[in-house]
Amino acid sequence: MLALDPAFLAVQALSGLSSASSLFITACGLTIVFGVTRIVNFAHGSLYMIGAYTAATLVPRLLELSFGPVTFWAGILASAIIVGLIGVIIEVLLLRRIYGAPELFQLLATFGIVLVVQDLVVQVFGPQDILGPRAPGLRAPVEILGRRFPSYELVLIAAGPIVLGLVWLLLRKTRFGVLVRAATQDRDMVASLGVNQALLFTGTLFLGAFLAGLGGALQIPRVSANTGMDLSIIAEAFVVTVVGGMGSVPGAFLAALIIGQLQAFGILIFPKSTLVVVFLLMAVVLAIRPHGFFGRAEIVGGTHAVGIASRSPLPGRHFILLVVIAVLAAFPLVADAYLLKVATEILIFALFAFSLQLLIGVGGVVSFGHAAFFGLGAYGAALAVKWYGVSMEAALPLGLALAALGAGLVGAFVVRLSGIYLAMMTLAAAQILYAVAFQWVEVTGGDNGIVGVWPSSWASGPIPYYLLTAALTVVAVLLLKRIIDAPFGYSLRAARDSESRAEAIGLKVRQHRWLAFMIAGAAAGLAGGIYAFSRGSVDPSLLGISTSVDALTMLLLGGIQTMMGPLVGAAALHGLRDWIMPLTPLWRLLLGLSIIAMVLIFPRGLVGTVRDWWGART
Amino acid sequence: MNAPLLEVWNLCAFYGRAQVLFDLTFRLHPGEVMALVGRNGAGKTTTLKAIMGLVAASARQATFKGQSLGRLPTYKIARLGLGYVPEDRRIFTDLTVDENLETGRRPAAAGRSPWTPERVFRLFPNLAEMRGRRGSQMSGGEQQMLAIARTLMGNPDAILLDEPSEGIAPVIVQMMAEAIRAMKAEGVAVLLSEQNWAFAAGISDRACVIERGEIRFQGSMAELMANEALRAETLGV
Repeated sequence: MLALDPAFLAVQALSGLSSASSLFITACGLTIVFGVTRIVNFAHGSLYMIGAYTAATLVPRLLELSFGPVTFWAGILASAIIVGLIGVIIEVLLLRRIYGAPELFQLLATFGIVLVVQDLVVQVFGPQDILGPRAPGLRAPVEILGRRFPSYELVLIAAGPIVLGLVWLLLRKTRFGVLVRAATQDRDMVASLGVNQALLFTGTLFLGAFLAGLGGALQIPRVSANTGMDLSIIAEAFVVTVVGGMGSVPGAFLAALIIGQLQAFGILIFPKSTLVVVFLLMAVVLAIRPHGFFGRAEIVGGTHAVGIASRSPLPGRHFILLVVIAVLAAFPLVADAYLLKVATEILIFALFAFSLQLLIGVGGVVSFGHAAFFGLGAYGAALAVKWYGVSMEAALPLGLALAALGAGLVGAFVVRLSGIYLAMMTLAAAQILYAVAFQWVEVTGGDNGIVGVWPSSWASGPIPYYLLTAALTVVAVLLLKRIIDAPFGYSLRAARDSESRAEAIGLKVRQHRWLAFMIAGAAAGLAGGIYAFSRGSVDPSLLGISTSVDALTMLLLGGIQTMMGPLVGAAALHGLRDWIMPLTPLWRLLLGLSIIAMVLIFPRGLVGTVRDWWGART
Repeated sequence: MNAPLLEVWNLCAFYGRAQVLFDLTFRLHPGEVMALVGRNGAGKTTTLKAIMGLVAASARQATFKGQSLGRLPTYKIARLGLGYVPEDRRIFTDLTVDENLETGRRPAAAGRSPWTPERVFRLFPNLAEMRGRRGSQMSGGEQQMLAIARTLMGNPDAILLDEPSEGIAPVIVQMMAEAIRAMKAEGVAVLLSEQNWAFAAGISDRACVIERGEIRFQGSMAELMANEALRAETLGV
């Protein structure tokens, strides 16, 4: 048995240590930036990727000029500094404008940077992966208990503690460090003492981005720089910071060590799904310690929830509803098959986004992994068709039930958390399911997904399926709206605005949120099931981060403080995507910039803005 | 009389749509102690916050050492030499006493001897014995001393001191009064917001009575002491 060989175990442990080091260097920057700015910087992974690309491009050129270890390490350092400066640009242009914004907007805006960087990296460095040079002087492997081990990995193992030590010195022994730690606790007070916060924050972003860039640059002898690096590292870095406690550098170190070893040895137990192991660790730690190892209750991130408020019912709303239903029903009379397909998808995403509105706008539960339940509904339906040969009529409720069950499980963990921890936990849950769908090839078909998921004959064809979708969406949305307007919805809103006050008047906040989580999950699952049958297939991307962000973007675009916002937002985003995506290879860049622009200048969304304008007129 | 250090006129402030300060006009002269007194909720704390630029909606017409505070951000106001000690003290609880003092350190104006940790410890001897202790492990009174010491490290010409006697032991209140007199002797002016009438009366040169966001009385402490009817009506003492 291979696993019992001590030499093999030693080498596994060492490689675990070296990935822990790399992970810590990157995550350390993320946690410092969060500690001071209270922003969870999604773009941290993008900075890591830029670090790798910059180093892989810069270091070989430098080595041509003068070959040697000094040049190599100088090149790595220079790349990290360049990334640090990019961090400064991001802070000055974007972050300093959103320090006071609700956390949802902060997360979305930094995700906007992720999208922008993804397209820019391809434009600047080209679409192919770039393999970096190996480090001069560290090419020969060393022998450990008779096994060969790359000597560069040993350098990496040392790099983690060195960075920890330097960061510790910086934070403990310098004025900058003392001010950073003070600002982590009380920003206004620091300003009252005459400290220019803006400069302090910019300096912090430089440090954070520098560390991300260093983490990325150090990878070039091990892995080639590629366009998937950003999201894979950010997911792991999130886990490290959350498990360690947001804002805690020693916590990040400890968490990185544990995760490094889990990955190294998890491979022996679950050969394909180290990601699942890592996220399960996070779930367990958060279940026991809701603020991670060394996190503190008061540092949970922005707390100001935004959501829909009560307003007097629109006059003639029943009439408007009838008109909407009539228009939806009559649409096939004028539309061709293509338009009907687009309309079907818009309706599906409208339901998906509306179900998220129940969580965010009504419940104040900022879920960053709502795609999990959309995907569960889709996979539930598709698996039922594939493995049990059931009909669409049975598969749709099965998908819905699977999504509700999944939401019940995830929700049981999630409702114990708050703020940024909650967002991260929902993201982790979606990533676990994504990993399962991606890696459990025998059942889910892996990357290829499941094909041949077609509707029953009475519902097949563009017009019948469109009508079925419209009917299901209208009924589901009206049901959800009824729930939002019921005392249950009021309780959720009370808990959203003040958890302690809601509890003080006797509301069982956690139970209400849990129930809301299941209802929203079920509705998303229904949308997912309908989507599966509309396309005839499912694949893991339905569960991915970008699907979750799509739903959030629809909410933001439509207006998070309005009931009808998500529906309008779904139509606008999906329509735009359908229109613009075929015209340009830079769709992600445009989408990212639009998300950032919306957060900065248009935070009330389409419906909210129109309503404000209308309100101001009358 | 010499030129005022801090001059405030027609100061108004709002929380949402509610106006809480109405056209406050007053001056603070170099080296004097002036007390803002009034009942709970009268607007004393808001006045100090509005001067520091910490209340978003305030019409701020104020000068400090002749410079307009206009729309200056908080840190620039502090850098002009106007210190602020908030009522809840807001010690950095993760930081040690020495580190807390470091956060407040700013260079002194030319020709003046700067405050050093040793010098503030002469004012607050208790702190000297706990230089390595974290803020979270200090009593309320010790935190209050540290908050004042921290602000002194910025070498201010004036300090806005919000409720220094609140929630601390009587013996410490005595020390606080001593410290304020000593600061005054060092040439630091103090604008004090205080509900503890005996404390305020004992250390202040002048007083400003605020009621429901408006100034009811402005004058010397002796004058206010003599006006029993006004004190009974506005302060209940």
